[in-house]
Amino acid sequence: MAVNDMTKLTLGPIAYHWSADTRRDFYARIADEAPVDEVYLGEVICSKRAPFHEADLPETIDRLERAGKTVILSTLAEVMLKRERKATEDLAAMETPEIEINNAAGLFARGKRPHRIGPFMNAYNEATIRWMAGQGATHICLPGELPADAIAVAAKAARELGLGVEVQVFGRASLAVSARCYHARAHDRTKDNCQFVCEADADGMPLRTTDNSPILRVNGIQTQSESYVALLPETGELIANNISHLRLMPQAVDMVAVATVFRDVLDRARAVDDADAMLRSVCRTTPFSNGFYHGKAGYRRIAMASPA
Amino acid sequence: MSLAELICPAGTPAALRTAVDAGADAVYCGFQDATNARNFPGLNFTPDELAEAVVYAHAKDAKVLLALNTYPPAGKVDLWRQAADTGTRLGVDAFIVADMGVADYIARTHPQVRLHLSVQAAASSPEAIRYYCESFGVKRVVLPRILTIPEIRQIRREIPCEIETFIFGNHGLMVEGRCSLTNYLTGQSTNMDGICSPASEVDYARHDDGSMSSRLAGFTIDCFGADEMAGYPTICKGRYTAPHRPEAYYAFEEPVSLNLSRLLPQMIDAGIHAFKIEGRQRSKSYVRNVVSAFRAAVDDIRAGRTANIADLVALTEGQKQTQGAFETKKWR
Amino acid sequence: MSMMNHTAPAMRPLSGAVQRLACLAVQPILSRVVKRIAARHSSLFARLGPHQTTDYLIDPVELPFALHLRPDPQALLFRAVPRESLPLSGAAIRGPFLLLLELIDSEEDGDAAFFSRDLEISGDTEAVVRLRNALDDVDGSIAEETADLFGPVGRAILARLRRSYSDATKGNMYT
Repeated sequence: MAVNDMTKLTLGPIAYHWSADTRRDFYARIADEAPVDEVYLGEVICSKRAPFHEADLPETIDRLERAGKTVILSTLAEVMLKRERKATEDLAAMETPEIEINNAAGLFARGKRPHRIGPFMNAYNEATIRWMAGQGATHICLPGELPADAIAVAAKAARELGLGVEVQVFGRASLAVSARCYHARAHDRTKDNCQFVCEADADGMPLRTTDNSPILRVNGIQTQSESYVALLPETGELIANNISHLRLMPQAVDMVAVATVFRDVLDRARAVDDADAMLRSVCRTTPFSNGFYHGKAGYRRIAMASPA
Repeated sequence: MSLAELICPAGTPAALRTAVDAGADAVYCGFQDATNARNFPGLNFTPDELAEAVVYAHAKDAKVLLALNTYPPAGKVDLWRQAADTGTRLGVDAFIVADMGVADYIARTHPQVRLHLSVQAAASSPEAIRYYCESFGVKRVVLPRILTIPEIRQIRREIPCEIETFIFGNHGLMVEGRCSLTNYLTGQSTNMDGICSPASEVDYARHDDGSMSSRLAGFTIDCFGADEMAGYPTICKGRYTAPHRPEAYYAFEEPVSLNLSRLLPQMIDAGIHAFKIEGRQRSKSYVRNVVSAFRAAVDDIRAGRTANIADLVALTEGQKQTQGAFETKKWR
Repeated sequence: MSMMNHTAPAMRPLSGAVQRLACLAVQPILSRVVKRIAARHSSLFARLGPHQTTDYLIDPVELPFALHLRPDPQALLFRAVPRESLPLSGAAIRGPFLLLLELIDSEEDGDAAFFSRDLEISGDTEAVVRLRNALDDVDGSIAEETADLFGPVGRAILARLRRSYSDATKGNMYT
């Protein structure tokens, strides 16, 4: 059964400070080779990084659209400074492409014009989703820590309101954001004087406990999981529970291969076990987790019973 | 000059009476469930206890603010709605909310009760604050602890509601309402369950050299030398190593508490309406000492006298204090 | 009133026999104290929740014995136990006797005492937090209620204890 013509695979915004060249090459390859339907662009984490890649945005958008991808621009998760308020307002003023809002300042600027709700907006429940839909939201990305039973209730409500519903199925989980830059702090600098040290860590800066267990990743003002969230065996259940969009977060691995594995599972072109093994080899030694989905500690990897 | 109300924590009925007697203008508290962000074991109020607390506070001209400041996961919204209904029936003076669905419910169902926007909503710009004011009729915003005083002054000019800021207590590092660190290690969520570093997952191990390790769900958060001050076993106050930092360091923040007593005159001058003391999980002793000290200071400033702030350092985490973001952007 | 002799920080180690004698001597007092508190402040059991049946070891470092508390309203237990044969416990709280007394009365803040390393806890941390929160919701002074059990003499002893503790520790705790 071609279950999945309806289910879209999306590529989330790059969370890290990849160089302009890296980004250009990355999106060129995504445009040419990655079986994703929609691509989110824009700087979500740190407003200081935006100038490095803003100039390339129009060309990247064009390139992706010519390859048949829908492009959505994401706004900053944290809006405090003048330049952040301005950037949010400017994005909210755009008619095309679509925009994804990650801060209430963006909701204010956007008013009732159509928009997507990003994962930083805390759309945890059906009451909030109903409110947001009434204000012009067309699509909701659910918070990464929401467990499966809540996802099912939220997604059902959203679909009944005619909204798209998205869940992150691959990549490091965003665990926290702060006004302080922990990359700068690690190098005894402040945020204003950071000299963009975060560029050195394409997949985040690893933190280990004093007894040497890997635990977290630092990405500027953001703290991420050490593990990659990987909800590959769970895709069937997600789709059955009304999820319309599955989000892959860009990591410093072969993202075309990652997208292909997920696409193959959606198309039933590859068995889940086989696909999981492929994903494992693409991601080398990085641990996988699905604890949040199963209502357990986020870092855990819970074995999924095979569907009948 | 603003009224400079003192908003004080109460984890138990006895703490509430202590805060009111020590001069609190308002006390904030929560029910014994996931509807508030200090859902800690043995803490908080039953509806009957809250009813008595409201009577006690009102008799002494103090207000009671009910924290409903967590995010209900889908399917469980009724618990938050019922808490709002109960609070309204018991006569609380305001609800402190973060979730838009909860705010919308209260604005429609109990429009006569004031809404305060919790710090858990992380509204840190005039636009974000105005969104909540215009959408839900929010009367006061509790600002995140990430702004300098000149920035707060500027925000005040651009918003239609009152401002409340923290002046003392735990120094939250992460943007409130956007932190899943506890859930990542323990399976209990700060946003959905009101739990941060649950005691049930914490253990302390003493070593032969007199040092002490604190662990959360088996992960070592910190190790304090025999003569070092300790802190809360929270992930954001832990010591870790990084590839170029082989010596463990406080990757996020040291165990320190916020203490803005020295900035109080400036903050009152900036037109901040209310000052919040953190610490519903702390003892009556803490409440009595901190509230009395700030009561005296605010009264002195309002009477044109120089405030003599008692030394509150002993009550601070790690016995160290900071003025955090409020004094300088370098904090960032 | 053998407690009275042991507030000085430096104390000679006592033999096992003396420890056991001390335990026997204080036991009637402990039983009276805990029954009275339980009767007067029954609401504190609700805050203990599932930890009503937890065995707590309260260890005042300068006393010749430790205290074993099981705050089960059905079968309340509070007894002195010699250091050489401590029972298995779910949670242990260790610190200077008068600090513990002040914590019980919320004269002192438990978190602050923990930050300063004057107080040590081990075992089930939630059990300790629940006990702390339950005691913190008690109005008035448990220490004074206890002293009242023994009339003017009891009150005088408590006042003396507090003075000596205050002289010995306050100086460095607040600097």
